[in-house]
Amino acid sequence: MSGETPADDRERLRPDRGPRRTAELVGIGITGVVAVGMLGFLLLYWAQDLPVASELYAAFRSLGRAMDAAFGTNVFRHPIMWQSMAVGVLVGVVAPLVGSFLVHREMALIGETLAHTAFAGVAVGILLTSSTGWNGSLLLVALAVGILGALAVQWLTEHTDAYGDVPIAIMLSGSFAVGTLIISYGDGLTGVNVEGFLFGNLAVVTPEGARLMGALSLIVVAGVAMTYKQLLFITFDEQAARVAQLNVTGYNTLLVVLTAVVVVGAMQVLGVILVAAMLVVPVAAASQVARSFRETMYLGVIFGQLSVLGGFAVSIGFGLPSGGSIVVTAIAVYLASVVGSGSAATAISTHG
Amino acid sequence: MSAIVDLDGVTFAYGDTVAVRDVSLTVEAGDFLGLVGPNGSGKTTLLHLMLGLHEADEGSVELFGRPIEEFDDGGRIGYVSQKATSRGGAMPVTVRECVTMGRFAHAGRGRLSEADRAAVADAIETVGIGDLTDRLVSELSGGQKQRAYIARALASDADLLALDEPTVGVDAESRDAFYALLDDLNDEGITVILIEHDIGVVTDRADRIACINTELYHHGDTESFVESDALAEAYGTTGQVVHHHH
Repeated sequence: MSGETPADDRERLRPDRGPRRTAELVGIGITGVVAVGMLGFLLLYWAQDLPVASELYAAFRSLGRAMDAAFGTNVFRHPIMWQSMAVGVLVGVVAPLVGSFLVHREMALIGETLAHTAFAGVAVGILLTSSTGWNGSLLLVALAVGILGALAVQWLTEHTDAYGDVPIAIMLSGSFAVGTLIISYGDGLTGVNVEGFLFGNLAVVTPEGARLMGALSLIVVAGVAMTYKQLLFITFDEQAARVAQLNVTGYNTLLVVLTAVVVVGAMQVLGVILVAAMLVVPVAAASQVARSFRETMYLGVIFGQLSVLGGFAVSIGFGLPSGGSIVVTAIAVYLASVVGSGSAATAISTHG
Repeated sequence: MSAIVDLDGVTFAYGDTVAVRDVSLTVEAGDFLGLVGPNGSGKTTLLHLMLGLHEADEGSVELFGRPIEEFDDGGRIGYVSQKATSRGGAMPVTVRECVTMGRFAHAGRGRLSEADRAAVADAIETVGIGDLTDRLVSELSGGQKQRAYIARALASDADLLALDEPTVGVDAESRDAFYALLDDLNDEGITVILIEHDIGVVTDRADRIACINTELYHHGDTESFVESDALAEAYGTTGQVVHHHH
């Protein structure tokens, strides 16, 4: 329980509210424009053979070549790089959105668990592909298994009366174990790059994977926008939300399912092992400096975007894996916010 | 007068451990009920049963004249849990955001209306924290935090306030001011159910007392409680009610 806070503290905070708010809105605006631009690219890439789209797509390609010329790179002319960046940018938006609730419910480990479950899903997909000749998307199988995993986690936590560590840890390692067994069993049957799913790789992103991420992002943004109030109430004070007759179990289930959706999308560029970082680190950074929950979400998305774009720059510039580059950049942003807020002591509990 | 809460022969156990046994009591509209008992006596469990946070193993619970399973008007109850004040530590939520949650039971999925915002502003003014509206709840003192939670209940137009040890960790002066606010709200017709470990405080403020130690030892007006042996029986000692002088 804290003591009275000095009144001059408030005076110190007031003056920067105006410019601060403007800066946030500009940041969110830019992020939104970039995200919509990336969604537009995915649509164009998909529909490039259609009359109008083909011209726009050609214009986009020239823009890429011009960027390469300007930066002295050999990156932006390749559509495959754009589609990977599109996935990254969308992850930078949706992961902190969902993460804002997860982190403050001390459910950070859930993201990691669902990533491992989704990995088992990829393994199942590989097995299906290799044994039946089925030619579907591995990510769709991962999504299905991830959502099943989310429902299982929710069931476990409901029946163990808490978001306890033990059932989560069992689920986390158990699903990974199943994944490795299945992959080992089907070893050599397919040429799928399992390492890419583990550590994240720009080259893992397929056109279907990128389109799936586009669709999933729209679902997640709409889901969070429609249930923001309820999720906020439940996150802040679950018992009071229950007394207010909110369907707490329903919203909790929605939250873990949305988490599974984000995780499967993000797994392509971040990798199974690092995917939870995007749910947690930008939100932890935002929580250091935010002056309201809404601001936590805004800043989380902005920091998430900075991490993704900065991470891509590092990844492309030094030829390093995208997952590690993005996460290290995110942690740099977090450290900067800790130093910036001058409150290293009020470290937030992230449970993992 | 009509019954706000009506318990009839309610029993609840955690596994094999019975927490509440065969409790029947009625809280009438406008009551200020103090719920007392030793640590681990089932006070919080009983409050949870009244609010539908636990489901009774035996007996029945009615809230606002409706069986608890059918009750769906959550906006009528303002609940401040023990956890609410001790937890929620690092989550950056402003007083305004916290109090606005009181409107969520009314607003459904739609956007908040002007009337919702006005109710939030009124509630914040009523509890006297208008100058703290944009501050984070986590930065408030214990007493200010309690006021924010009460404001959340008021914003929802609650006619029942259920408070579980709201002044733990709050200094004596803020506690007195807080209880004075509760008195005012009760005078305006809001029913109050208060769990408070300090029996002196409860007997000063509440007009009715329910004393529980798994079973109900006393339920009636405060004077009869002070004069009875219920306290000593419930606590298993010959306790003495201590009065605070203000």
